[in-house]
Amino acid sequence: MRLEETLLFAGLAVILRLFVVGRVRLWGLLAVSTLALYWFQPLNLVRYLDFWLPTFTLFLISVSWFLITPPNRRNEKINLFTALFLVVTMVLIAATRYIGVQGLITASRPPPILPVVLAITVVGGGYFILCRQKRLPTWSSSIAIFFLLVLFVVIKYPLLADYIGNWLRLASGQTAKAGTHIDIRWLGFSYIAFRLIHTLRDHQNGRMAEVNFREYIIYVIFFPSLAAGPIERVERFLKGLRNPENSVPTDFAIGGKRIAVGLFKKFVIADSLSLFALNSTNVTQVKSVEWSWVMVYAYALLIYFDFSGYTDIAIGLGRLMGINLPENFNKPYVKSNLTQFWNNWHITLTQWFRAYFFNPLTRKLSRSAAFSSPVSIILITQVATMILIGLWHGISVSFVIWGLWHGLGLFLNNRWSEWTRPYMKNLESQPWFFNLAGLAGIFLTFNYVALGWVWFVLPDPDVAFGFLMHLLGIG
Amino acid sequence: MYTWRFLGRVVLKAAALFVLFNAAFAAGDLPSVLSQISGYNYIFPGRSRFPFGENQQKAYNLSLNNLNAMFASHEFLDKRNGDSEYRVILLGDSSVWGTLLTPDQTLSGQLNEMRLRYCDGREMRFYNLGYPTLSLTKDVMILAEAMKYKPDMVIWLVTLESFVRQNQVESPLVANNLDRVRELSHRFQLEIDTPLILTESNFIDRTIIGRRRDLADLIRLQLFGVMWAATGIDQEYPETYSPAQRDLESDEGYYDLRPSEISTDGLAFDVISAGFKIVKDLPVVLVNEPMLISNGKNSDIRYNFYYPRWAYDGYRKILDDYSRENYLNYYDAWNLISIDEFTNSAIHLTPKGTAQFAQKLKEILADFSCP
Repeated sequence: MRLEETLLFAGLAVILRLFVVGRVRLWGLLAVSTLALYWFQPLNLVRYLDFWLPTFTLFLISVSWFLITPPNRRNEKINLFTALFLVVTMVLIAATRYIGVQGLITASRPPPILPVVLAITVVGGGYFILCRQKRLPTWSSSIAIFFLLVLFVVIKYPLLADYIGNWLRLASGQTAKAGTHIDIRWLGFSYIAFRLIHTLRDHQNGRMAEVNFREYIIYVIFFPSLAAGPIERVERFLKGLRNPENSVPTDFAIGGKRIAVGLFKKFVIADSLSLFALNSTNVTQVKSVEWSWVMVYAYALLIYFDFSGYTDIAIGLGRLMGINLPENFNKPYVKSNLTQFWNNWHITLTQWFRAYFFNPLTRKLSRSAAFSSPVSIILITQVATMILIGLWHGISVSFVIWGLWHGLGLFLNNRWSEWTRPYMKNLESQPWFFNLAGLAGIFLTFNYVALGWVWFVLPDPDVAFGFLMHLLGIG
Repeated sequence: MYTWRFLGRVVLKAAALFVLFNAAFAAGDLPSVLSQISGYNYIFPGRSRFPFGENQQKAYNLSLNNLNAMFASHEFLDKRNGDSEYRVILLGDSSVWGTLLTPDQTLSGQLNEMRLRYCDGREMRFYNLGYPTLSLTKDVMILAEAMKYKPDMVIWLVTLESFVRQNQVESPLVANNLDRVRELSHRFQLEIDTPLILTESNFIDRTIIGRRRDLADLIRLQLFGVMWAATGIDQEYPETYSPAQRDLESDEGYYDLRPSEISTDGLAFDVISAGFKIVKDLPVVLVNEPMLISNGKNSDIRYNFYYPRWAYDGYRKILDDYSRENYLNYYDAWNLISIDEFTNSAIHLTPKGTAQFAQKLKEILADFSCP
């Protein structure tokens, strides 16, 4: 979100809160979020993709909602109206093609209206056929989750993305020669997929709250948290959506302050740090060891201020509309060990992985006869979770190593805590020791995380390893 | 819980503070104070040439028009250099600044590499105060500021383009420092585009809002200090570039000048004279810088992209006459470098060409005797 976009959407949020109230409030939120889905979608080199990707997002959301909703609730009036609202919105956005203003809502000119209407008719027909089924097989949600994961892999794995990009270029009548994996830039897909998987899994486990189509769409594409989270749990989101907890002036005061802080973090601090933070170009140019450390620290701070600044803006915008989004960062760089760091860095992402991967895997391994030792279970679960988080950023060796770096770090931290626990008890009467140990812990944790970012920011593992050696004065 | 009343008070106070800070900023001379606060020569090594850059992300550099900040970032102001050295400053355009050359490959870099000694035994240290744009007024503005930091000698490289009257205030550095130009103009009665230099900045232009770009540039210059210290890179070095034109247009025109206007009055000789008045007794070497002499199409009527033969020949003659009449240390290097040693412009030299030029300057400097 650029600065002017943030201000524009903050203004829209204020208007929504003040003037779009009562029964029309949720329609207003749905309209703005749907428009934002198309508006924020970046330009793709594949023709019309910046229209089709948000449209496909809405399709995925519709299917997901269909799967989690009992058959007798699907045809309720509110849901049919929401479907109609979506169809009209899509057609209207496609119709901007004929206004003559380039990129009024979408990044480039939308496709002709005929294929859009055709696609809607096909999807609507499919929906009608599905509605005739009284009950869908239980594995249908699993298929949907699998499909989302496949999409994830396609987008995050450059080779596959290249292939799909080329195929899409050919399909749209373009030459495939210039195609690259960055052809498919799908705004917020990671976060949309997390929310969809969360609801599908909760539905499978019988924990899913009842939610109508309109609320579900707003939950998945709520515009402040669309591009980079936080990843809200649906039941918590619905509470604020249905009934804002605080008065308008309170939300405006707190939301406005969060937006101001976020803007400062993102557009002043992070943008300044980006001028000298480590990246794949300057890594080959740097000569001095001392300044290399400065560049690594700058990157560590850059990624924090950029991301937490964005989260502040998202939380602030949500607050303007009366919705409390969860916190994503809680001073992660001043935590005294790696476990605490991960409990306070991208909190909603780690909670998601804990709920849907780490805990189920731990339970499964604990029940398995092959893993009798709790230590090995800790090692496997922590390393596997962190590698998965690494792969979420992109399917590459560098991200695997970054995940491994943190997985092993968490395991060592766990073992160290266990080992020192008895000694620590004996030292409880020495507060100075705890303070000192805390400071040393912060120093070590920050540096461990900062060095880990080297794997994260440099796509070539050989270059990253060479640079780490350079930082240590070796080679 | 907050109330509407509370929110109203916050907005009102914020607006009042905003107006107050802007007014105070405009009333005072804070920018000139801020521009002298610099991490260069303290935290980061001083830059070996003025900040200039069009692609910030690749050059780790930027063009800013704040002369104080430019000087504060330059190694010329490094106090550690002290009295042990003989300080020679080089003035001129992008050929002195060193487009496409690393700091070591520039004229000053190569002269420093020679480790020359002045006749009293002090090591001669050459400082690159060139700046990419062709204007003698720009050079004089830099020279006037440089005099505050006690140079011992000036080498001033010029070419016909820097004498053209209409080029004098077209340099962004000049256009954005009209106060300095105005002062020079009054002091030395310069013939500079009067309406432009009479334009005073308005109140809004002096507020934080009006100067936000300048303030951001000051901060960015300091932040790029890290990259300068870490990499020693201060410009973008493209893998390929378009070589200077060899085949030329059959155009004999030079601006709108007639042959009679290629004279000390028609060209900015008053500005060069102002420069000599500023330096007073300091030794100055005036050099007509080398340029590409084309052998391609229409080279019988033009020397290169810049100059038709008639205009340049006329200029050389009057500069030579002017130097003799005023007893200046003048060297005409116009044809010193072969055509193969030019890069992307008729005045930009390759490292090898620069080395040849530096060698020639070394010989000239050897003739200087102790006073």
